Amino acid sequence: MREITFSEATLEAMSEEMQRDEKVFVMGEDIARQGGIFGQFKGLPQKFGVERVIDTPISETAIVGAGIGAALAGMRPVVDMHFADFVGVCMDEVLNQMAKICYMFGGQCTMPLVMRAPDGIIRSAAAQHSQSLEAFFLHIPGLKVVIPSNTADAKGLLKAAIREDNPVLYFEHKALFPLKGPVPEGEFCIPIGKANIAKEGKDVTIISYSLMMHRALEAADKLAGQGISAEVIDLRTISPIDKETIFSSVAKTKRLVIVHEAVKTGGVGAEISALVAEEMIDYLDAPIKRLGAPFVPIPFSPSLERLVKINADQIVSAVEEICK
Amino acid sequence: MSYQADFLRALYRKMVTIRKFEEKIGELFLGGELPGFVHLYIGEEAIASGICSNLTDEDYITSTHRGHGHCIAKGANIKPMMAEIFGKKTGYCKGKGGSMHIADFSIGMLGANGVVGGGYTLAVGAALAAKMKKTRQVAVCFFGDGASNRGTFHEAINMAAAWKLPVIFLCENNQWASTTPYRTTTAVENIADRAVGYGIPSNIVNGNDVFAVYEAAKVAIERAREGGGPTLIEAKTYRIKGHFVGDPEMYRTKAEVQERFEKDDPLKNFVSDVLAKGWLKKAELDQIETKITEEVDAAVDSARKDPYPDDNELYSDLYVESEVNLRA
Ligand SMILES: Cc1ncc(C[n+]2csc(CCOP(=O)(O)OP(=O)(O)O)c2C)c(N)n1
Repeated sequence: MREITFSEATLEAMSEEMQRDEKVFVMGEDIARQGGIFGQFKGLPQKFGVERVIDTPISETAIVGAGIGAALAGMRPVVDMHFADFVGVCMDEVLNQMAKICYMFGGQCTMPLVMRAPDGIIRSAAAQHSQSLEAFFLHIPGLKVVIPSNTADAKGLLKAAIREDNPVLYFEHKALFPLKGPVPEGEFCIPIGKANIAKEGKDVTIISYSLMMHRALEAADKLAGQGISAEVIDLRTISPIDKETIFSSVAKTKRLVIVHEAVKTGGVGAEISALVAEEMIDYLDAPIKRLGAPFVPIPFSPSLERLVKINADQIVSAVEEICK
Repeated sequence: MSYQADFLRALYRKMVTIRKFEEKIGELFLGGELPGFVHLYIGEEAIASGICSNLTDEDYITSTHRGHGHCIAKGANIKPMMAEIFGKKTGYCKGKGGSMHIADFSIGMLGANGVVGGGYTLAVGAALAAKMKKTRQVAVCFFGDGASNRGTFHEAINMAAAWKLPVIFLCENNQWASTTPYRTTTAVENIADRAVGYGIPSNIVNGNDVFAVYEAAKVAIERAREGGGPTLIEAKTYRIKGHFVGDPEMYRTKAEVQERFEKDDPLKNFVSDVLAKGWLKKAELDQIETKITEEVDAAVDSARKDPYPDDNELYSDLYVESEVNLRA
């Protein structure tokens, strides 16, 4: 299969969807003139014009709010947050407007809006440019949240998000953009709400998503060398969570480890643990393990930043602890 | 207008320190020695220097992602600044903040900010405290033309105006917000024109003329100290360097930038001004420059040698010990 980068994969998705439906447009800061900080919008204005690839003022509140308004008026906007951290600026638009409008007004409208948000740790970007915030939005009814881990998913999930009639938050890890991987030719969507079994196994289930999937798969390889067969699930969608895939895997392996880059406390792992504890506790042969960042903002210094990142060895140790 | 020689030397020191510091940072970053990313203040030295020369250590400033110049102008020590940018334990924030998050609360420097437009409301709060405590302190909020389109601009200025708070909103209009030219995202000719909408005075100054900035700030700051409320000052300048070090700058030509800088460099403007007027001698200026170059080099040397923060530093400073809990 051909290989392209993660950022090229998202670009293909944008391009195909903008071609397919002229109601699709994109706006954000420095996306037209610059092509996006990670090159993820390169060439789009040349193809579709600056009427549909719009450089905005530094006004996140208005970018997201106007996206919501345009969606209500029949468009299919994609808005870019520049860095996921800046969602703090437009939190009202996300939690009180886009998430609630459809329900609150008795289903009179649709909300076909995609919010793209580059997240995660790269190269000492420090406390206000490094966060993984997906868990916040899992807590808000009315939103869908997707988070690809590889190039093919980046394309398929973005296309599905754009065609979805509900608001979708699309988190894309900054460290993934330059990564190359196989992507099938042509049209394909990846269903929202469905997890992917990236590797089958029988002794333990490792659930992860986004960049940490790469660590989880690395860990699974190492574990295989020790005779432990790990099943690795790529969540792909944070909300709604695919309980079915999780439960059937846990029913098989009876052991569960959840891994994410986001702060462990109150994270996606906490929700999955609670779901499994509530409905599957009798299946478990060992306590659930969660791996996530310590409960601190992301520090700048490389010597400290290193300590908040999860590596494959930590995942291996967590698995070993519950597979003894 | 005439100035004391001591004042002029101090002003020059500020501006040259910023220039030399920033040139060094650019060099170090391109040499791969610095983590994170850095935004340089080169070409805007006159603004922070002119403003802060009206302030005392008791007064407050809030800064931006392009904050090194504000720090230096407010009186920060370049050694812990340099160490912070290296991510070392000896930095102003123990290496936890980095270039975009330097602060020195002991001199009223309330912090650089990674979030554009994050400073306005904090400056308003500092000014509110000063008013409540009747201290005659003022707060200066530095922000860019790009940041003027954040919603916080409106909320902060209106509140400060309505409550007559001692705060100066200082727009550094360098014509660019990252890759975006000012007029493509802003319909109004001058940011200062917006002051009418808040019922406050405004002033537009040449941001490359440190004396013009100094004089405008003086009027606004005195007014604020006397309880007259906020002023919006717009300092017109031009961003000489890329948005960050390493910016490929596809959106403008190198020649265009070079030409502007050669014609209108705030540091050169100062030098030719003071020499023409006979206020300072060339030899004095050269001496100051040499000394500062040495200071910057010394800051780099010690930052290089300084240790990184210890692992246990990861968990410190998240919360402070509250007295209420200690007693309980
Ligand atoms: C809320 C927010 N939005 C976007 C950014 C990304 N960003 C950082 S600096 C910048 C441009 C700022 O322009 P301006 O305010 O004019 O300051 P200048 O860089 O010209 O000094 C942008 C868009 C950010 N840091 N915070």
